[in-house]
Amino acid sequence: MKIAIIDYHAGNVQSVKFALERLGANGFLTSDSEEISSADKVIFPGVGEASSTMNHLQKLGLEKIIPNLKQPVLGVCLGMQLMCSHSEENDTDCLNIIPQKVVRFRPKSKKTKVPHVGWNKISVKNDSWISEQLSEEYVYFVHSYFVEVGEFTIATTDYVQPFSAALQKDNFYATQFHPEKSGSVGEQILKDFLKNT
Amino acid sequence: MLAKRIIPCLDIKDGRTVKGVNFVGLRDAGDPVELGKLYSEQGADELVFLDITATVDKRKTLAELVKKIAKNINIPFTVGGGIRSVEDANVLLESGADKISVNSAVVRNPQLINDLADNFGSQFVVVAIDAKNVDGEWKVHLNGGRLPTDLNLLEWTKECEDRGAGEILFTSMNHDGTKQGFENEMLAKMSSELSIPIIASGGAGSMEHFYDVFTEGKADAGLAASIFHFKEIEISDLKKYLNKKKISVRI
Repeated sequence: MKIAIIDYHAGNVQSVKFALERLGANGFLTSDSEEISSADKVIFPGVGEASSTMNHLQKLGLEKIIPNLKQPVLGVCLGMQLMCSHSEENDTDCLNIIPQKVVRFRPKSKKTKVPHVGWNKISVKNDSWISEQLSEEYVYFVHSYFVEVGEFTIATTDYVQPFSAALQKDNFYATQFHPEKSGSVGEQILKDFLKNT
Repeated sequence: MLAKRIIPCLDIKDGRTVKGVNFVGLRDAGDPVELGKLYSEQGADELVFLDITATVDKRKTLAELVKKIAKNINIPFTVGGGIRSVEDANVLLESGADKISVNSAVVRNPQLINDLADNFGSQFVVVAIDAKNVDGEWKVHLNGGRLPTDLNLLEWTKECEDRGAGEILFTSMNHDGTKQGFENEMLAKMSSELSIPIIASGGAGSMEHFYDVFTEGKADAGLAASIFHFKEIEISDLKKYLNKKKISVRI
């Protein structure tokens, strides 16, 4: 199986490659549209700021390629946010693959920290691409913006308010958390993506 | 509920773990990757690797080690020690580090915090601060605590946040190594004035100390070294204890 990991100046993308290796799968980093289009599966990772990373995608000509991919695509963290329609982070128009909005955490008290950093529980909907038995398991998050709960939400996490921990629309799958850093639970979710999609 | 984090810290010299590490069941207790893996299996939420190598080859050795850690460990980890520039940080990012920790270099050049945050995002930048309470005033210290400055601790933490730090790792030099508990009063104050997460360090000696740092100290994470290395406390036992005491932890 050829697994392309999109490399577009968006943080620690190596760790996704290493996580796949631990599962016995091989991913390759690429920003080449041909290589991405011809892969069996695509992972769209990323951390960083929305508008500058959208710029990087545009410079590489990937903003037109990604929405038209037909194979299973997994967006992770910022990758998931960029799949949505719009991000409040520097008022950025995103790829509009999944028609949901990205907004900032606005806690009522200073006791609640932003960014949301660390391990939190997911609650998974029935019959989704993530095994339901992983409901109530902890996964690792690092983010200040989140995708509101909507039609394509398949898992939620509660921080300040319930938000989308994972999404799915057609062949596009996404997690706000980092499966590549979420211990054995994260490994199971990556396996689910490789096997069930 | 967001879980409180338990973070073991490993000191690294020339690619090897230092400080008396006393583990049975490890082929090589000096191998940071093996030790890190063991901690992660016992339930550590993150790992911190602090490089104390002083040689010129340091950068290369550290980058190679980071790559080895990233390949083998499936939880987040932070790397610190001698990072002085965006270029230094970039080498570590490209090797697979999730976060870097900066200390003395950003006191000497605070703009580096902005540059690191702009280049890699705040989530990548942990500012470590060693401070000492001298006659009621908390002063930041440099070079592993050997060099006092006039910088006020709380003011400095706020400046770090404003410049784009993602987390603060605060070590109380008055408490470090004493095993008498964390500096909860200062930690609580810091936590109420900052909106970024605080990692508490210095003074852990018992499981109760972690309970106290999460309740009284309002810390988001507790870091310790020797009590884990010498197996005085096992991470899995500590988490069971905290869970029983209604502290939210990942089990």
